[in-house]
Amino acid sequence: MGRVAVAMSGGVDSSTASAILKDEGYEVIGLTMHLWDQTQDGKGTFGRCCSPEDIHDARRVADQIGIPHYVINLRKPFEEEVVDYFVEEYLRGRTPNPCVRCNDRIKFGYLLRKAEELGAKALATGHYARIELDDPGKKRPKRYLLRRGRDLNKDQSYFLFTITQEQMSKVFFPLGEKSKAEVRKQALRLGLRVAQKSESQEICFIPDDDYRRFMETRKPREFSKPGEIINRQGKVMGLHRGLYSYTIGQRRGLGISAPHPHYVLELDVERNRIVAGREEELMAQGLVAGGVNWISFPKLDREVEALVQIRYRHPGAPAVLFPLEGGKVKVHFTIPQRSITPGQAAVFYQGDEVLGGGWIEKAL
Amino acid sequence: MRRVYLDHNATTPVHPEVLEAMMPFFQDQFGNASSIHWAGREVKKYLDDAREKVAALLNATPEEVIFTGCGTESDNMAIKGVAYALQDKGRHIITTEVEHHAVFHTCQFLEKAGFEVTYLPVDSDGLIDLEKLRLSIKNQTILITIMFANNETGTVFPVQEIGEMARGKGVIFHTDAIQAVGKLPIDLKQLPVDILSLSGHKLYAPKGIGAQYIRAGTKLTSLIHGGGQERNRRAGTENIPYIIGLGKASEIAQRDFQGRREHLLALRERLHRGIINRIPHVKLNGHPTKRLPNTLNLSFLYIEGESLLLNLDLEGIAVSSGSACTSGSLEPSHVLLAMGIPHEIAQSAIRLSLGWSNTQEDVDYVVEVLPRIVQRLRDISPLYQKRVSRSK
Repeated sequence: MGRVAVAMSGGVDSSTASAILKDEGYEVIGLTMHLWDQTQDGKGTFGRCCSPEDIHDARRVADQIGIPHYVINLRKPFEEEVVDYFVEEYLRGRTPNPCVRCNDRIKFGYLLRKAEELGAKALATGHYARIELDDPGKKRPKRYLLRRGRDLNKDQSYFLFTITQEQMSKVFFPLGEKSKAEVRKQALRLGLRVAQKSESQEICFIPDDDYRRFMETRKPREFSKPGEIINRQGKVMGLHRGLYSYTIGQRRGLGISAPHPHYVLELDVERNRIVAGREEELMAQGLVAGGVNWISFPKLDREVEALVQIRYRHPGAPAVLFPLEGGKVKVHFTIPQRSITPGQAAVFYQGDEVLGGGWIEKAL
Repeated sequence: MRRVYLDHNATTPVHPEVLEAMMPFFQDQFGNASSIHWAGREVKKYLDDAREKVAALLNATPEEVIFTGCGTESDNMAIKGVAYALQDKGRHIITTEVEHHAVFHTCQFLEKAGFEVTYLPVDSDGLIDLEKLRLSIKNQTILITIMFANNETGTVFPVQEIGEMARGKGVIFHTDAIQAVGKLPIDLKQLPVDILSLSGHKLYAPKGIGAQYIRAGTKLTSLIHGGGQERNRRAGTENIPYIIGLGKASEIAQRDFQGRREHLLALRERLHRGIINRIPHVKLNGHPTKRLPNTLNLSFLYIEGESLLLNLDLEGIAVSSGSACTSGSLEPSHVLLAMGIPHEIAQSAIRLSLGWSNTQEDVDYVVEVLPRIVQRLRDISPLYQKRVSRSK
């Protein structure tokens, strides 16, 4: 079957994925990334991904399954490409998605490369998503497609939209057809020690999920610069204690006394101002996305209908996609959407197929 | 799949004679050496024997040899021990930039405690400039701690000259000889060394036992206080089986010294030749001749040492990059960087260290397997592609 490397996070998903591949007859090598030194920010609880305990768990599972296991130190690239990106995005008044970035640059970048160097034909991860090779014969060239995981509640395709054709030819998602419940059952059946391990959705490098304190420690000057809160008409409504504590759609902490509740509409970095408004003003008809990656086809040359997700847990909204200059995309929603946030990922679906996705630049 | 172990500088297997010598002392002769009854007395005799054997290997007197828990403890004891004992006389310590972390981190610890430490730089072969050493010694200098031979490159330091200089200035000289003991001749009647540290598991004895040579009259504050064992230098009930093991290992090292040395040199030469004959762009790190007979540190240009290591592991070959204690860090070895070796070249280094049980077949297997791994990694290396296209 050949040699396959598995990105083992120490969690039940990647652990089960490793066991499945070994059962199928692959020569499996477990790789756990060391991404962040979690002792450097003092104590605190971290999201489950690549902490020392996770590395330990992954190694023990590898021992249990009977596969070699290596820890791949990627602290420097992670700091530069994920953590610095995270901080920079906030400083630009955007809300970043570091997990997409980690998948893009670290997992399918550095780690995939490491897998190749180890002579593996592919890198497998425990993502709930599916890769399918669409081979229409002589009509069109072959193309890899990305589909949602069969368990729609666990589907993680949203985080994978940057994956390229070349990467897809060397990536496996063994859990794509399974439900989370099935995976846990299988883990228990195999007696994997992590079968009962709980999940965590928090960001792996931020202690206690307190991103504000994280930013404050790194950029204290910028973080606590007070400024004005104005409404769309330009009227000053109050003061904020530092732009980066706020995110689009946020209501708490504005300290505005007004007859209607007010929400953050926009972060104006240049003038260190927050634009706030009523709930109706949070709605937008469309958005512009940049840095777009197309999966189902090489590029967008005409309008296309799609279901667009603007957050991970967003149910998706029907829209029409228009190609813009420079590879950007205009998304026009059938029904206005709430809290379209620059910096977040907009992912375009048709059914369970991921057409592609991009990074939100602005709401329209 | 064949397994070849080429990481003897990280650790060595216990010699069969050593294991055999240790066995009676777990259940049959298990006494506490400090007890006055038969159980203690019987064991005390063997303890004294073992001490004599270690002393004989170093041409020292048994009174000058004490046993510790490991080589790292010996280093700690020597450095902290002298620092605390002589801190009223002065607070300056001299060492090098290429010491093992057991010495390096201990010095850093003392810096935080208010001591001043000079870290002497090394040249491209990994050796210090003796003149720089001479100029660094001042009135407040109480200790010079410089390794006998480097664990990563094998480079051997001029211990005789360093010792003479230290003695001339009345400064205590400690040497971490953990890699050198058993591989190089050490005669402490000739060498002007005051304290010498050694480790069992580099000498075909088990892990968890070390020893320290302390020249008579040297002042040293103990690290571990308690029942007064080891002449009040290092408390703790003596680890008899392991001490016996170390004694036996020392005896064997002395007995087989010449044979081992020749064997290692021949194998290393075969390995080195085999590699450079089949693989281009390979660089030796360390002094070409003043080097431990078993150590070969090579940089394979244009690829990453870590990838090479993992690939070799998958083929059953055990080597290391950087020292064992620091692997898992992406930074290339501090030793190679201190030698002025450029980052990418240091990053592409691996260390092969032979042992007494390696055979020609082991070496030939490595020489057969290595070239195709290196070529495969170079084929997907952007650095290599650039180089290849440049030379077209």
